[in-house]
Amino acid sequence: MERLMSEIEVRSLSAPERRRKRGVITMGVLGAFALLVFGIFPKGGEQVTYSFVLGNEWILIKEWIIDSKTGAIGFAIASLLAVFVATLQFKARKTIRLASGLFGATFLMSFLCWAAAGKFVPFTGLLQGGLILAVPLIFGAMAGIISERSGVINIAIEGQLLAGAFMSGVIASLMQSTWAGLLVAPFAGMAISWLLAVFAIKYGIDQVVLGFVLNVLVIGVTNFLYGKLLIPYQSTWNSGGTFDIIEIPILAKIPVIGPIFFAQSIIIYLMYVAVIVIHIALFKSKWGLRTRSVGEHPTAAESVGIDVNKVRFRNVLIAGAVAGLGGAFFTLGALGAFSKEMTADKGFIALAAVIFGRWSPLGAVAAALIFGFADNLQGLLTIIGTPIPSEFMLMVPYIATVIAVSGFVGRVRAPAADGVPYKRGGGSH
Amino acid sequence: MILKKLKLPAISFAMALFVCGLLIAFSDPKVLALRGNPLEMIGKGFSTAGSAYWALFRGSIYDPLLAEGNFWGGFYPFSETLVTASPLILTGLSVALAFRAGLFNIGAQGQFIAGAIGASWVGFAFEMPIFIHAITAMATAVLFAGLFGGFVGFLKARTGAHEVIVTIMLNYVAAYFLLWLLSTTAFLRPGRQDPLAPEVRQSARLPHFLGSEFRANLGFFIALLAAAAVWWLLNRSTWGFRFRAVGANASASRTAGISVARVTTSVMFIAGALAGLGGAVQVLGSEFAMTSGIGGSFGFDAITVALLGRATPVGTVFAALLFGALRAGGLTMQASTGTPLDLVLVIQALVVLFIAAPALIKGIFRLKNVESGETLASKGWNG
Repeated sequence: MERLMSEIEVRSLSAPERRRKRGVITMGVLGAFALLVFGIFPKGGEQVTYSFVLGNEWILIKEWIIDSKTGAIGFAIASLLAVFVATLQFKARKTIRLASGLFGATFLMSFLCWAAAGKFVPFTGLLQGGLILAVPLIFGAMAGIISERSGVINIAIEGQLLAGAFMSGVIASLMQSTWAGLLVAPFAGMAISWLLAVFAIKYGIDQVVLGFVLNVLVIGVTNFLYGKLLIPYQSTWNSGGTFDIIEIPILAKIPVIGPIFFAQSIIIYLMYVAVIVIHIALFKSKWGLRTRSVGEHPTAAESVGIDVNKVRFRNVLIAGAVAGLGGAFFTLGALGAFSKEMTADKGFIALAAVIFGRWSPLGAVAAALIFGFADNLQGLLTIIGTPIPSEFMLMVPYIATVIAVSGFVGRVRAPAADGVPYKRGGGSH
Repeated sequence: MILKKLKLPAISFAMALFVCGLLIAFSDPKVLALRGNPLEMIGKGFSTAGSAYWALFRGSIYDPLLAEGNFWGGFYPFSETLVTASPLILTGLSVALAFRAGLFNIGAQGQFIAGAIGASWVGFAFEMPIFIHAITAMATAVLFAGLFGGFVGFLKARTGAHEVIVTIMLNYVAAYFLLWLLSTTAFLRPGRQDPLAPEVRQSARLPHFLGSEFRANLGFFIALLAAAAVWWLLNRSTWGFRFRAVGANASASRTAGISVARVTTSVMFIAGALAGLGGAVQVLGSEFAMTSGIGGSFGFDAITVALLGRATPVGTVFAALLFGALRAGGLTMQASTGTPLDLVLVIQALVVLFIAAPALIKGIFRLKNVESGETLASKGWNG
């Protein structure tokens, strides 16, 4: 009887509220941990130098030197304040998103003050590098969302990215035109997603298995051609070059933010456009409504005259095009030449970003930025040498995703019909 | 009966070889140079692809060049095939067993690494009598990898976290953990800076069974034994019946009183243990020293192996032998004809794609009564 009562008591909080509560408690524990481990326990006496680039030129304009112990304690206290705000918001039954963001930033700064004691941290470069590393993740995540929101699981993001990278690099090299490469990239991704669509939608094959096999296929084919053509005949087959950096007038002059966001290559500007268009289209347009209805409740969608499989087929193709475009960033946006398996499993981190961002474009962008930043931070920490092995930093996106899907801090739920093939008039399975 | 079962895999394999033959021929500059003369071009393409496949055979089954003066010496490549196939059988069984219970274990790669770590550690850090040492090392591998895999099942049972996502993510965690481990003093070979663990002691190594000049080792029989055990588990035991029942219909099984949570956890434990044993066989049988690349692609190839083997233990053994042969032969093919080893990946992917689409094969060859790939029915993220 007693147990029953306590269960009822627990149930009086709704499920999201319970998770929110757990989130607040977790943040509180982490904040206290930061205060003790980063702030109070270390000996201190060393300084951290943060540098900020304020204009668009890479000259040091502002330096901020702070004692590592003071910084760590200060930011840890700030993070605890954010937890306090989150508690108040939780009591008032509001969302705690803003306070969580604040907590994340201050916790990170506290960590950085501790980890980079006695070192130099190029702050603007850190953020800019994080954005660069996030670019393929964002494109990949958009591809995942477009496909999965309509009910087709897209594990083949990796393959679509790699196909885009390969074709854009090769075509740019053969035609001696980066624009030609950029134009071809979406079609390369689309070719892979066409296979995904045919096998998944027409033949009803398990989409996870299928995506996996398509990845192997693309890796195999690109590796093979790389070894056979791109290495021996590099000057004709693999010297595409990169796009120039375009500075947006005025915007690029904004302190700190300007050089990070508005002095980039064309592909990154395309990414901004893609994210905004996809976000608006998904939630405001007829296409978006159809996509979501087909992904959540295909039977209902068909009952109002929507051709479920046609919508899905089209969405999978669009997804491939977006990912293919993202693939072009590896060659035309960054390295200038294709190299073996150059996407380096970014497609899977993009998948993690989709899940972490709960299948919403803006959420996935946030997740991708966090993952990109963590990746870049890890690189920096390896160079300057810190108490934490870089391998553990590299694990962050993966462990975060496991925590996210296991519903410890917040439960994620895929679109209801995601991965379930649809037979006309025959219900959802 | 058996012939009927072999029809689809055989046709798929032949088609994959054909498509890859085209790939080899038409990516060859010498062939492309004959563009003006189609007949000659086709002839040259044939001979290019033919010589690559001949090298593939020489590298995997029997090499007449090695047989000069010593007939049995020509079977060295076959021994290499067995060496590659042994871990592949075990990881393939891991994926196949999970498939039968309705779970998709993409985590064989990570579990393989967990097993390799366990076996390597016991193998070099402790002194034990012969046999006991190897058995202890393998038991440790099984335990480490079993817990690593079982954790995924536990998470799924408790929170509903999809095993595909969790295992994908944990593969990376395992890989980075191994990388870190190899940089610690405990796992760094004395006097070396690069990530290379000490070699396992002689007493922990698996004996060769074809004489010392062949690398084929007891690991192959361990893998066969494991396949037999999995066959017994699935087809003759109560537990296996529960596994298959949950795989066929989880909600009906729940209604029938089977604890789906317990089944999920134990299936993933056993699957992990099998993959871990694969890691142990790799370390104790042929590699001896653990490197950051010890996992190779055994865990990923395992998925194509299990799919080709239709998720049955016997099928998995044969599929693993085939892919083991491709891997072993691919090295010779690369060395002697300059055809990149990665062609093997393409063959693997195509075989599985063709098998996955019986409708496609049926359509092309106008076949009837081809068994369809029932293991490939789709379930979705939330199922």
